[in-house]
Amino acid sequence: MKVIKKSPITSTLSVLALALASSTTMAQELSITVTNLTQGLHFTPVITAAHTSDNHIFMLSDMASPELQAMAEGGSISGLASVLTNADANINENPAAGLLAPAMSASFNLTNDSSNTHLSLAAMVLPSNDGFVGLDSWKIPEEAGTYTVFLNAYDAGTEANNELRGSGAPGEAGMPVPPPLDGVIGTNGTGVTDMESNNKVHIHRGSLGDSDMSAGTSDINNSVQRWLNPVAKLTITVQ
Amino acid sequence: MLTFTTQKKSTKKLANPLLIASLLILGLTACSDNDNVEAPPEEVPAEYSYALTLTNLTYAQPLSPAAVLLHGDAKMWQVGQAASVALEKLAEGGDNADFIALENNLATATAEGPTLPGTSVTVNISTMDPAATYLTVATMLVNTNDAFSGLTGVDISTLTLNQEKSWRLNAYDSGTEQNNEAAGTIPGPADGGVGYDSARNDIDLVGYHSGVVSKDDGLSSSVLTQAHRFDNPAVKLTITRTK
Repeated sequence: MKVIKKSPITSTLSVLALALASSTTMAQELSITVTNLTQGLHFTPVITAAHTSDNHIFMLSDMASPELQAMAEGGSISGLASVLTNADANINENPAAGLLAPAMSASFNLTNDSSNTHLSLAAMVLPSNDGFVGLDSWKIPEEAGTYTVFLNAYDAGTEANNELRGSGAPGEAGMPVPPPLDGVIGTNGTGVTDMESNNKVHIHRGSLGDSDMSAGTSDINNSVQRWLNPVAKLTITVQ
Repeated sequence: MLTFTTQKKSTKKLANPLLIASLLILGLTACSDNDNVEAPPEEVPAEYSYALTLTNLTYAQPLSPAAVLLHGDAKMWQVGQAASVALEKLAEGGDNADFIALENNLATATAEGPTLPGTSVTVNISTMDPAATYLTVATMLVNTNDAFSGLTGVDISTLTLNQEKSWRLNAYDSGTEQNNEAAGTIPGPADGGVGYDSARNDIDLVGYHSGVVSKDDGLSSSVLTQAHRFDNPAVKLTITRTK
C-alpha cells in the first residue's frame, strides 16, 4: 500500500481530524454488494478494505506498487492483503470464492474500526494484461443508508497490452488464462503492442480484440470482451 | 424598461390567483364555523402527473419509442437476471407494446415515435393510483442487436410539485441476442433487419453493453460503421412532477 507522504502541517491537521472523528464516530457495520456489470469480463478475487484516510492501494497518475502490480497482472491479492493488514485495515477477501463471473454479484459484511473511514477495492479484469476494477479511498458516509458507487476499469501501467495468452506473474508478458477463460478467448494472436509507454495508473483505454479466434493480432474477442465504463457497481449499506 | 414591465406583469399575474386562493380559504373557514353538523367532505382521489424528457446523447443511434411505466415496488430488469420476453422484444426490435402491456403496470405512456440523436422527446403520464410510485423508462438503441437504455423501479414518491430530477443513463445489453452486428439482425436504419427473434443465443443475463465494434474497428462482418459507436451515458432523462 502506498502511504502518501504529507507535509508536517497537513499531518498535524490529519491527526487533529482523526482525533475529532474518533471522538464522534464509532465502528460501523457495512453490507456491501459488488456487481460485475459486464457481460464478457471475469473479475479475479476481489479485495475490499476500510482503512485510514491517508492510505491508498492505488492512485491515478501514480506508479503502481508491486502489490498492486501482482493483483493487476495476475489476480493475486495476497500482497495487498498483507500491506492492508499491516496498516490495521478491515479487510474482506474473495467474497465470490473465486472468479466473479459476468453480470454476477457477491455480497459480504465488513465492520470498520472508527479510524478506518475510507473504503477501497480492487480486482483484476479478465481477459486483460494488467486491467483492474478499482475504488480508491472512498469516504464512508457516517449517515445510515444505502449508497451506490459505479467503478471504472483502470490500467496498472505495468505491462504492455499485447492481448495475448501468457503469464499472470508480475513482469511477465501476456494474460493469465484460468479455466473459464480458456474456451472463450482466441489463440495464436500476433500481439497488439509490446509497449507500455504510460507506466502510471490510468483509465484503461479498453481492449482492441479481433474477430479471429485462431489468428489475428489479439486473443481477445472484440464483440464480447470489450467494455464501456462503468464495469462494476458497488452498493454499500451503512447500518 | 422592458425588464421592469415584464416583472410588473408577472407580479400581477401571480397576485390574482393568490387573492382568489385567500378568499376561498376565508370562505371555507367561514362555512365550517357556521355549520357544525355537515359530514366531512368526501376525499377526492389525487391525480399525480409527470413530464418525462428524454434526450438522445448518441451520435447515430436513434432511440425507439420510449416506454414509460408507473408501477409498485418492482424492477423490470436486473443485471445478472434473464430479460423478460417483453423486454427482449423492446431491446431487440424497439417494439414496446408488450412491455407497456405488462400486468403489473399501473399507468403507461409511450413516445410517439423514435427519438433521433441530438433531439429530445417529452412524454406525459398521469395516475390516480396512490401505489403507482415507481418509475420505469426503456428505449432501444436501434442500430444494435439488443442494446437498450433506461431505468427501472425508481421511487418517485418523494417528488414534490414542480420538482425536477435528472439521470444520465447507461446502455444495457438484454443478453438475448449475440452482438454479431450482422446484416439482417439490426432493426435500425443502419440495416433494416429483423428485430425480435425468440431464439436466445447470448449470455441470457442482462448486463451493461460493451459497445459496438463496427466494420471500421475490426469486425469485417458488421453492417455498422464507426458512426454507430456509442459510449456511456447514452440518454439523459429528466422527470418533473407537474400535478
